[in-house]
Amino acid sequence: MNGVFHLSRRNFIVSLAGSGLVVLFRADPLLSFQEPERISPRPSYPTDFNAYLRIGADGRTTCFVGKVELGQGSKTALAQLCAEELDVAYDTVDMVMGDTELCPWDMGTFGSLTVRQFGPVLRAAVAEARAVLLQLASEKLQVPVDRLSVKDGIVTDSRNRGASVTYAQLVQGKRIERHLEKVPVKAVSNYTVVGKSVARKDALEKVTGKARYAADMGVPGTLHARIVRPPAHGAKLRDVDTSGAEKIAGARVVRDGDLVAVLHERPDVADQALALVKAQFDVPAAAVNDTTIFDHLVKAAPESRVIAESGNLQEGVKLAASVFDGTYLNSYVSHATVETHSAVAKIEDGKVTVWVSTQAPFIVKTQVAEGAGFPPANVRVITPYVGAGFGGKTGARQAVEAARLAKIVGKPVQVVWDRKEEFFYDTFRPAAVVKIQSGLTSAGKICLWDYKVYCAGDREAKQFYDVPNQRTVSSGGWQGQQPPGLHPFGVGPWRAPSVNTNTFARESHIDVMAAEAGVDPVEFRVSNLSDQRMLRVLKAATDRFGWAPKRAPSGRGLGVACAIYLGTYVATCAEVAVDRATGRVQVKRVVLAQDEGVIVNPEGSRQQIEGGITMGLGYALTEEVRFKDGEVLNRNFDTYEIPRFSWLPKIETVLIENPGVPASGCGEPPIVCMGAVIANAIFDAVGVRFVQLPMTPARIKAALRA
Amino acid sequence: MIRAVSFTLNGKPTQVTVDDARMLLWVLRYDLGLTGTKYGCGEGLCGACTVIVDKEAVRSCSTPVKDVAGKQVLSIEGLSRNGQLHALQQAFLKVNAFQCGYCTAGMIMNAYALLLRKPRPTRAEIVQAMDDNLCRCGSHTRILEAIETAAAASPGGAR
Repeated sequence: MNGVFHLSRRNFIVSLAGSGLVVLFRADPLLSFQEPERISPRPSYPTDFNAYLRIGADGRTTCFVGKVELGQGSKTALAQLCAEELDVAYDTVDMVMGDTELCPWDMGTFGSLTVRQFGPVLRAAVAEARAVLLQLASEKLQVPVDRLSVKDGIVTDSRNRGASVTYAQLVQGKRIERHLEKVPVKAVSNYTVVGKSVARKDALEKVTGKARYAADMGVPGTLHARIVRPPAHGAKLRDVDTSGAEKIAGARVVRDGDLVAVLHERPDVADQALALVKAQFDVPAAAVNDTTIFDHLVKAAPESRVIAESGNLQEGVKLAASVFDGTYLNSYVSHATVETHSAVAKIEDGKVTVWVSTQAPFIVKTQVAEGAGFPPANVRVITPYVGAGFGGKTGARQAVEAARLAKIVGKPVQVVWDRKEEFFYDTFRPAAVVKIQSGLTSAGKICLWDYKVYCAGDREAKQFYDVPNQRTVSSGGWQGQQPPGLHPFGVGPWRAPSVNTNTFARESHIDVMAAEAGVDPVEFRVSNLSDQRMLRVLKAATDRFGWAPKRAPSGRGLGVACAIYLGTYVATCAEVAVDRATGRVQVKRVVLAQDEGVIVNPEGSRQQIEGGITMGLGYALTEEVRFKDGEVLNRNFDTYEIPRFSWLPKIETVLIENPGVPASGCGEPPIVCMGAVIANAIFDAVGVRFVQLPMTPARIKAALRA
Repeated sequence: MIRAVSFTLNGKPTQVTVDDARMLLWVLRYDLGLTGTKYGCGEGLCGACTVIVDKEAVRSCSTPVKDVAGKQVLSIEGLSRNGQLHALQQAFLKVNAFQCGYCTAGMIMNAYALLLRKPRPTRAEIVQAMDDNLCRCGSHTRILEAIETAAAASPGGAR
């Protein structure tokens, strides 16, 4: 990305004057921050560092990124990367995030990609900016570049400490029009900011209530919209009578095709008006429910693809002293963020600005342009703080609704889904089925692994244990409807898409074999692994846990599980207690070791790990979307139970230093073992293997009685 | 019924002329412009809207404004005094007891009420008092730690 030399109109003129390197400053940098000619017609990260960086006359650096802060700490981690490469103090870096007008394009904040994938882009851009600044300093101070050093944005001649100049003096608040090729980024060994736990950039605003989310914009004259919703997915509006709502003083009723809404300047009055709308829908006949869904998925899943294959499965069967067949199920799971989908749209001079709770402002920009009929250039999406996403806020139906309604009523419109709408329109983690046939030699080595996953997706489906004869097959994925009608409602990414399912199945099945072989589950894993990184992370977890080998079920309630998530290695140990009378499981202790390569912010990583473990208790133990055909039966937190304080285990985190490997993601990996590690610990406690998530008290009670 | 309702909000006399059945949450957010208190579920199930009314934690999404007439209402905006963060806010900040921050105001206000009635709660008492406040990011461990830190830092507990 450093290999591109830009010729904007103005430096082209200077180039003609015969200069190879062009130096030109331009006034008013914010307004001309991203010139149209620099925006590629096909979205990609801009190569001009000016898109990411502005050094103000006051010495502060503003870093512009298309990523958003969902709570995962991206604002802090990216500021650290920026401060590190530029050699400025972390406290002097301000972040501007997720504003499609001010920030460079980005596809969205998901997949634990912020540090792993975007981090190198930002570092390279900032490193180039630093190199240009050093050149400018060298010219100013009349000192060769290699004699200069930088600290806190001050460039100093190492042989003459009196000779120095600040970045702010060099730039004077203007745009930098010089570019360099192939500037190396800083070596990890020279890091002083990255790798340290620094104060979160969002902390003060969040503890004082000043942090603003999409519903907090307070745009004057805003009308609150409540929208008529169908009782079930697939239902079609047959007839609607809005006469009652129209009688409410100050209420406006809008009908635009299937969009029927009532608007009022106060949300409670809009609610009252909505209750007076009489709408009739044609609801399609019932086809599937939360019990029959698994058979349906296996039958209706699209054609499968082979993801990985080696050796010969028939050879594996021949080598096997015992063969194990297993089928693993998991339910639909909701994102259930405490902030519901929110948006405010305001139109001025034909241009719409939408404040949206989203993980993907640039995708929303396109959606609003298409869905509400604006040229893309006339859509600006601004992402304030987002009340978490976990994959559930990648699309933004509510932003399109707000923009459509604002266009019709000629006033700013706010759409904030209530909890029932949030459950109804959530793009759930898909229900899924995994079928495994495996084989074990008489020496306790896995010789056969035939793995087929339906509807979860193929991410990390591939086996990482040593198996000579194996095949991994995947059918369907977590992205949308594949094919239409496969799922009765929307599905989509959910924190670590597909990997929770694949890890639950794989690590449960590994334990099944270990138990049958009469070998301690940790020893069994070690004897079937040669991946040194995995062995190291497993050892780190079991050492901290104080794992004493014993074949399961030992009655102790201990479990182990491991996973790889896009380059990050995780091993988790857990201790549970099962109440045989109620079927309730209390997870008492979890130790998680993670190797994520370079650790940008250890404190931030620990927060993500604690969060992943805690959130993972939910899909393991209670979280399950109940539905009857397209009707979602969960409408609030009373029937959809997410983890609470009283569920908390003692959590211990082991971060493995591995500076030789680039930073991989840290937000998603810690959740992926939770289903398996709890299932394995329950088996160890009571000797019953649970193959369906969630392992609810009712399921556990029923199994223990049987 | 639309009428004037008076109460004390964050130490200041306040009067709103609104439908007195309007929930306090909407009065705070849209009649008074205080958006630190959040909507999460609308049925008192998540705690994001928690405020203090006469020293008790209440769910403002399910409390009609007429119920607070003549009472003392405290929201997250009124917690710091003279630019000084409350011990709970300092502790939340110090131990990073939040991620997305959306439930944070409700957590802090609920913990505030706990410390008023129990300046030195045990871990079990904190868990019990906080159990109906939901956090999706999984900051629970740190929230407990923050409440313990704040309790320890305030002689005699919160004011």
